[in-house]
Amino acid sequence: MTAGSTIPAPGRLREAGGLSSGPLERLGDLWGVLRRSKLALIGLAIVGVLVVLAIVGPTVAPYDPNDLNVRQRSLPPSLNHPFGTDDRGRDVLSRVLYGARVSLQVAVIAVGISATLGVLLGAVSGYLGGWVDELIMRFTDILFAFPGILLAIAIMGVLGPSVTNAMIALGIVYTPIFARITRGSVLVIRSEVFVEAARSSGAAAPRIVARHVMPNVVAPIIVETTLSLAFAILAEAALSFLGLGTPPPAPSWGRMLSEGRSFIQDAPWMGIFPGLAIVLTVMGFNFLGDGLRDALDPRLKGVFDSAKDRG
Amino acid sequence: MLSFILRRLLLVIPVCFGISVVVFLLIHLVPGDPARVMLGLQADEATVAAIREELGLNRPLPIQYVDWVTHALRGDLGRSYLTDEPVFAAVLGRLPATLTLALAAFAVSLLIALPIGILSGTRPYTKADYGAMVFAQLGVAIPEFWLGIMLILVFSLYLRWVPPSGYVSLWENPVAWLQHLILPAVTVGVVNGAVLTRFLRSSMLEVMHQDYVRTARAKGVAERRVITLHALKNALIPTVTVIGLQFAFMLGGVVVVEVIFAWPGVGRLALDAIARRDYPMVQGAVLAVALTFVAINLLVDIAYAVLDPRIKY
Repeated sequence: MTAGSTIPAPGRLREAGGLSSGPLERLGDLWGVLRRSKLALIGLAIVGVLVVLAIVGPTVAPYDPNDLNVRQRSLPPSLNHPFGTDDRGRDVLSRVLYGARVSLQVAVIAVGISATLGVLLGAVSGYLGGWVDELIMRFTDILFAFPGILLAIAIMGVLGPSVTNAMIALGIVYTPIFARITRGSVLVIRSEVFVEAARSSGAAAPRIVARHVMPNVVAPIIVETTLSLAFAILAEAALSFLGLGTPPPAPSWGRMLSEGRSFIQDAPWMGIFPGLAIVLTVMGFNFLGDGLRDALDPRLKGVFDSAKDRG
Repeated sequence: MLSFILRRLLLVIPVCFGISVVVFLLIHLVPGDPARVMLGLQADEATVAAIREELGLNRPLPIQYVDWVTHALRGDLGRSYLTDEPVFAAVLGRLPATLTLALAAFAVSLLIALPIGILSGTRPYTKADYGAMVFAQLGVAIPEFWLGIMLILVFSLYLRWVPPSGYVSLWENPVAWLQHLILPAVTVGVVNGAVLTRFLRSSMLEVMHQDYVRTARAKGVAERRVITLHALKNALIPTVTVIGLQFAFMLGGVVVVEVIFAWPGVGRLALDAIARRDYPMVQGAVLAVALTFVAINLLVDIAYAVLDPRIKY
């Protein structure tokens, strides 16, 4: 869907159809394919810079993000404070840098939870079939019956605001999509000849799933993970914005926005910069996800879309 | 067709059952004793016990659930702990505002997506197309609540065109109603318009390569007619599903945006209730939005079946 990355590289067209080139082999050549998509490269660059900033943030941040300084309140951007200062004299740039760490941490762990749970449920569901499948799929139906953000809000509302709870809430909300995708792929792979061969040679079900089925399901899951990270960043920001996510004084982008909202007229930089950080991060993950999708499996185009497509 | 609609209606029952279980269980997710959490530490034990009794928290879970559902089916979702208002009436009173905002935002997203999607789908890889895609990529990455604040900053605080927040009833003052509606509707509409634009573009791109489009062109049909009559009609079929799903998902965005614009909808009701630990109200609001979501999905499925005669059910 992203211009420039829509045309598979010439060499890939041949391979895409044949079983001879499994997605795993394509994974090995990932860089070769990603390299051809400008958008994916931009995404990779944004995400890379972000991860580095999240790790080294504390050392490069010019100030302590929680350092109050009454004499430097609400200063507009300047050389000393490139993003200005907030209503309590804290350096906005430093807070945005620390916020990257918080946002990424919540997003990565939340998506980690949903990917682990979802893949497990989906694999069991797809491989075993029958009533187990029916049960798990009805469970995903129920979770799908809520707009994702509303479910997260409701769960956070009763659990209370904390970073851990945000990870749990978002982890729950995003589990069904991983379960569905895994199940779908497992269903296709399960009937392949090589799986049948493994089964007839007496391999046990868990072994077949782990050794033969899962490697072939990896591609769509990697794509989904990347796009889910974009969703999780947005959702964490929304929760924190509503006062349900990361509690103060931890600098999270969503909370900075909600604090900046009250001063939007006098100190708009308080709201502008954390917002830009969110937009950039989400775009980075979306670009990378779209690029990965085109690279790993051209047939998946249109099956997935960036985070917001699913709300 | 009728049998399809009936079967689809039947499928709604298990989903509603599931929703009711999740909403019912919400209150049991509260860490510790919900009655104590609601009333605070200062409340004396007798009041807490009374609330526990009223909520039926002393009884076994399945019995509590059956009791809750039978009451809910009769339109009794309990009472708010702060205002003593019946939850059902409160939620029902707020639903029109939420739906109005969702519909207005939906209209905005169509106004954005239809022209831009068609334009870039019929002229792929041109400057206009790249511009449209930049918009679409930005749109899907912008958090609604941030866009809302930025729009308030520009259009209310600097330009002073529209009020920054609030709500006026349509019957009281239609002009003021529209003025208050426009910013929140654009906020949600732009984001969802971006999603729809992406979808419509790829849908148009695909259709424009179909044989019937080539045939129409070969017959000498004017390009404008080819696009509107032959291509668009077919491109819209898959889009309807996405539009419908999107409308349902928009409810999530509306919930958040309501808070920024002080829009008196179900979303704000839910968040106010969360802040005050008014759990029955939280349950009611979540239930209302989830049921609306299911209803919209149902309507979309039926619309899809009506629109696309190739689909046999």
